Amino acid sequence: MGTRLSARGIVASTGYASGPLFLLESDGRVYSGSGDAAVEAGRLTLAVTQARDAVAALMAMAEGDAAEILEFQVAMLEDDSLSAPSLDAILGGSDAADAWTAALDAEIAGYEAAEDAYFRARSADLRDIRDRVLRVLSGSAELAAPAGALLFGRELTPTGFLSTDWGAGGGIVLSHGSSTSHVAMLARARGVPMLVGVGSVEAASDDFALLDAERGRLIVLPDTEERHEFLKASVAYAQLVNAARSQMHREAMTTDGVAVAVSVNVAQPADVEHIDIGTCDGVGLMRTEFLYDRGLPDEATQLAAYRKVLQWAGEKPVVIRTVDAGGDKPVPGFTIEESNPFLGTRGIRLALKRPEVLRVQIRALLRAAPYGNLKVMLPMVSAAAEYDAAQALFEEEAAALAAAGIPHAMPPLGIMVEVPAAALAPEQFAHAAFFSIGSNDLTQYVMAAARDNGAVAGLGDVRHPAVLRLIRMVADFGREAGIPVSLCGDAGSSPEAIPALLAAGLRHLSVAPAQLPMAKAAIARASSHG
Amino acid sequence: MEDATLAQAQVLVTHDVGLHARPSVKLTKLAKAFGARIDLALAATGPWIDAKSIVKVMATKAPKGATLYLRAEGTDAENAINALVGLIERDFDERSGNGHAT
Repeated sequence: MGTRLSARGIVASTGYASGPLFLLESDGRVYSGSGDAAVEAGRLTLAVTQARDAVAALMAMAEGDAAEILEFQVAMLEDDSLSAPSLDAILGGSDAADAWTAALDAEIAGYEAAEDAYFRARSADLRDIRDRVLRVLSGSAELAAPAGALLFGRELTPTGFLSTDWGAGGGIVLSHGSSTSHVAMLARARGVPMLVGVGSVEAASDDFALLDAERGRLIVLPDTEERHEFLKASVAYAQLVNAARSQMHREAMTTDGVAVAVSVNVAQPADVEHIDIGTCDGVGLMRTEFLYDRGLPDEATQLAAYRKVLQWAGEKPVVIRTVDAGGDKPVPGFTIEESNPFLGTRGIRLALKRPEVLRVQIRALLRAAPYGNLKVMLPMVSAAAEYDAAQALFEEEAAALAAAGIPHAMPPLGIMVEVPAAALAPEQFAHAAFFSIGSNDLTQYVMAAARDNGAVAGLGDVRHPAVLRLIRMVADFGREAGIPVSLCGDAGSSPEAIPALLAAGLRHLSVAPAQLPMAKAAIARASSHG
Repeated sequence: MEDATLAQAQVLVTHDVGLHARPSVKLTKLAKAFGARIDLALAATGPWIDAKSIVKVMATKAPKGATLYLRAEGTDAENAINALVGLIERDFDERSGNGHAT
């Protein structure tokens, strides 16, 4: 029995779950080879067939995207070419598990090296296939989490998700993982609460835990008071969800009849596939860092990504943010190692230092603009000179595209207001097309509390009077100067923070897609003056 | 004696996402419906890979705009090539650009 502990993570799928933890990597069984090549070959062939049958059985029960992922895996497992290199290695003296691992790792490396993000993402399917066959070989049980368990581990595979019975509740907590993975998509579609990026947690299988995937918290071995609070919050959440779902298609409006625009934040183009455009007011923040996760992206790759989201949104606005690397988002070959990265060369500062990189993105944005209602925003702007320098680059690239006869359009250029200097003196940016308040960074800079430091997490509250006062100043300035102001940080989807943000004068929030119904419901419960 | 009917063709991949998982599953399934040996390449000079193997077809990572070279050998070689070219030209019977993740 361990001791009570709690951890914070990123919500990948909202909801509440409680139950015993089930450690995904707890089965330490290893394969022991027979030393006989013919036996090893026979075992591998049988294991591949059994894995194929198991995935086919899952496929028979799945629908939509899930069925397609599984159909691909079945086809791969049915193909003799997949095991051929392993069988050769077995003849060379390898045991079945080593031969299979080496052959599949080589395939996986091939997919990971692909230029196309789609092919890179298939490496997760190949890993899934590799591990499933290894489990059969070593006689490990299938993922047999008890009903209602909270699955905890480094990663969860799509088939691991699909072979789990979610009928009795349960949830997912990953030490790593991303909210844009296949599994996160499946979890949102199935309504399974999921937290990612909680880091290492010293807990054991069967430890009772509470998963609050609304505020992003895991509590292992909670005390009585925590259990009581959790129950209250989860019941309130269930009632809200039911009410919120029925309101999704309506415009968000406060109790005193003030309309509030609610748009979504997207981290990569695939995010929009699961959002009904009719339920939101466009995209308030499209991050572009995903493009840089394997080095610097070319113009065509970027253009395709931007175009996809613009076409999905139709006439509704899509705000794309130029690359915001640095700080807690390093990009190899681009960002600079600094002792205090949050106060260093990040966002627009870095982009302007590497104009050859920024120009590629600018060209892709200019060429994407005719496909929809594009707006572009610059991150981490603190001085007017930065805005002017970026604007000049846009103009230069537009002129070059025009000279080359390439179709393009100039999008309105706005700024993120996330550095206190910009919030305190917004008149410096009176020529910007719009302001979008980045509440996460604004809060950390105003409170001097780093976002990635759990020890000061309690200070990072957007509702601190100092932060709210700055937000009000920006909103007031925007109204007087005729500059639209929105907010795109996590605070925008926090039911606790929304009344204060409305009272500060905001009328446009951009939220994570999973938070959309709850944010709209919170607005509907609030008045425009808090 | 072997009836060595040969057939070949080249066809442009116009599917929005190229020769990805779902199109590859369809292509290899269709190829396996024929007795002929069917090979595929991204260049007229090869290297040629087995069009009935999804592992190998996926590994070509053929993007949109790639030209696929097909060749078949066997009694139903002509039909096989016609059917495969038809499938690719019809964008694998998917609405192109429907944006589904596969």
